[in-house]
Amino acid sequence: MNSGAERYVLKLFITGRTERSENAITTLRQICRDTLNNRYELLIIDVLEHPNLAEEDRILATPTVIKELPLPMRTIIGDLTEKERVLVGLNLHPDGKNGESA
Amino acid sequence: MMTQADQSIPKITTGVSGFDHISFGGLPEARTTLVAGTSGSAKTVFASHFLAAGIQQFDQAGVFITFEEPAAEIRRNMRGFGWDVSTWEQNGKWTFIDASPTPGAEPILTGDFDFGGLLVRVEAAISRTNARRVALDSLGAVFAEFSDAATVRRELLRITASLRELGVTSVLTVERTEEYGEIARFGVEEFVADNVIILRNALDAEKRRRTLEVLKFRGTTHAKGEYPFSVVPHKGVEVIPLAAIGLTQGSTNIRVTSGNDKLDEMCGGGFFRDSVILVSGATGTGKTLSATQFIGAGAQAGEKCLFLAFEESHDQLSRNATSWGYDFKTLEANGTLLVSCVYPEVQSLEDHLISIRDQIDEFEPDRVAVDSLSALERISSKKGFREFCIGLTSFVKQKEIATMVTSTTPTLLGGTSVTEAHISTITDSIVLLRYVEMFGEMRRGLTVLKMRGSVHEKSIREYRIDKTGMTLGAQFRNVVGILSGNPHNVAPDEADRLAKLFEE
Repeated sequence: MNSGAERYVLKLFITGRTERSENAITTLRQICRDTLNNRYELLIIDVLEHPNLAEEDRILATPTVIKELPLPMRTIIGDLTEKERVLVGLNLHPDGKNGESA
Repeated sequence: MMTQADQSIPKITTGVSGFDHISFGGLPEARTTLVAGTSGSAKTVFASHFLAAGIQQFDQAGVFITFEEPAAEIRRNMRGFGWDVSTWEQNGKWTFIDASPTPGAEPILTGDFDFGGLLVRVEAAISRTNARRVALDSLGAVFAEFSDAATVRRELLRITASLRELGVTSVLTVERTEEYGEIARFGVEEFVADNVIILRNALDAEKRRRTLEVLKFRGTTHAKGEYPFSVVPHKGVEVIPLAAIGLTQGSTNIRVTSGNDKLDEMCGGGFFRDSVILVSGATGTGKTLSATQFIGAGAQAGEKCLFLAFEESHDQLSRNATSWGYDFKTLEANGTLLVSCVYPEVQSLEDHLISIRDQIDEFEPDRVAVDSLSALERISSKKGFREFCIGLTSFVKQKEIATMVTSTTPTLLGGTSVTEAHISTITDSIVLLRYVEMFGEMRRGLTVLKMRGSVHEKSIREYRIDKTGMTLGAQFRNVVGILSGNPHNVAPDEADRLAKLFEE
């Protein structure tokens, strides 16, 4: 159920520029470019520089993607290697699978 | 109790009642201590008390990382212990790091991760508030949320390493599945193996019994074995140190009256001021009377006296005391006497001990009477009762309070009770009250069986109980077998012959 008009607001929390962080950034950027065209906002937050933002969103693990919009909010944890699961979590899976029923 | 060897690893005084005693000074400083326990073993209370005591007694800020219960829940639950967490939060003394899962929004795992987010939050909170104490409660929830146990272990290890580097002392709680089995679930002890405390809530003879055991403190000493503890409203965790209280109390030669001149004489001039006296007898032999005399005489002489009654009501005691010549009402009004009547079943024996100690601390009596220990015995397991006896006697001895405890024998003639088996070795004096059957009549005999540090009369004397109290009479001359519960009469010349036999 991907209505083409929905705007995405994503936050990606990372801890420093590690390999794990880079993997997550690359994968997420690629997904956004491929499926969301220009209807997304992606904020990359390094918790080492902004511990207060980590506190605000109660971040436990990194990397963590928070899909703030569209609702419902979802949390995706890990370096995003399992791309299928990422798509499910973002409600962008081509088969119409979505995070809510997964 | 502290020796030079203990100084190698300094300890931080926790302020948790009784715990510092059995841990020989508190928790190892700048280390992580694992607190393992089954569900309902008061892990969260212990962790919270550790932080609360730090704030209240040492003005040390603390950080509470909650993995399971939401912060709001803990705030509410801890109010019952008199800990105003919200105010402490406002003053920067207590900081919650809420890492509890959001219900209905389980995160999706998509690959490798670390706990970088948590770590920076913890570090930020510690440096912002200059925290010295950290609690992590409880790890089971993290393992439940993240299926990759190996990663979770690795990341928790990183957090404990960071805490150590920051020099904070931390407790980390974790679940156990059984009271006597593996230390903790999820192999947690593998990464925090240095210091382990186990909280138990075991079922013992149909009664729940909480104990705390310091399993190990690497590189430093602690008392071994399980110590009973209780979770007390308005106070938190209270560990009962029992015999860990050293036998350091001094010895005194000052005598105090038993309230009966003749009995004082038999004891060589009264009981010692710092002694524990056991009065044992069957029902109706005058145990409560003995305790009343002891307390009444003390209070009349201006000593502060505490009467702990577990069998009779306040009115009953007061009425009987009046007839024996002690005006309890006036003495109470003067403030020299405090009579506390509690039904044994209202709380567990551990809680009784704690409230008795509180009463003693508050009232600061010179004398205490406990009537009777046997009434308390019925609400506890054997082990729990033994610990109670040790805990009580060591406490009063340390404070040099003359204490009389009474115990009921199960049989009318002769006999001992379980109570006595537990307490007789730790009492200084024992007075036996026994029935003596003579020529179709029940009479009563008293003897001083033991009087530590003093000579005493060895005879068994007859006594009568009447309206004025207890009157001691002459020695039973022609009866043998009173204490074995099989009294029988012997002819006077036979008694003389036997007496002479030992004189030669």
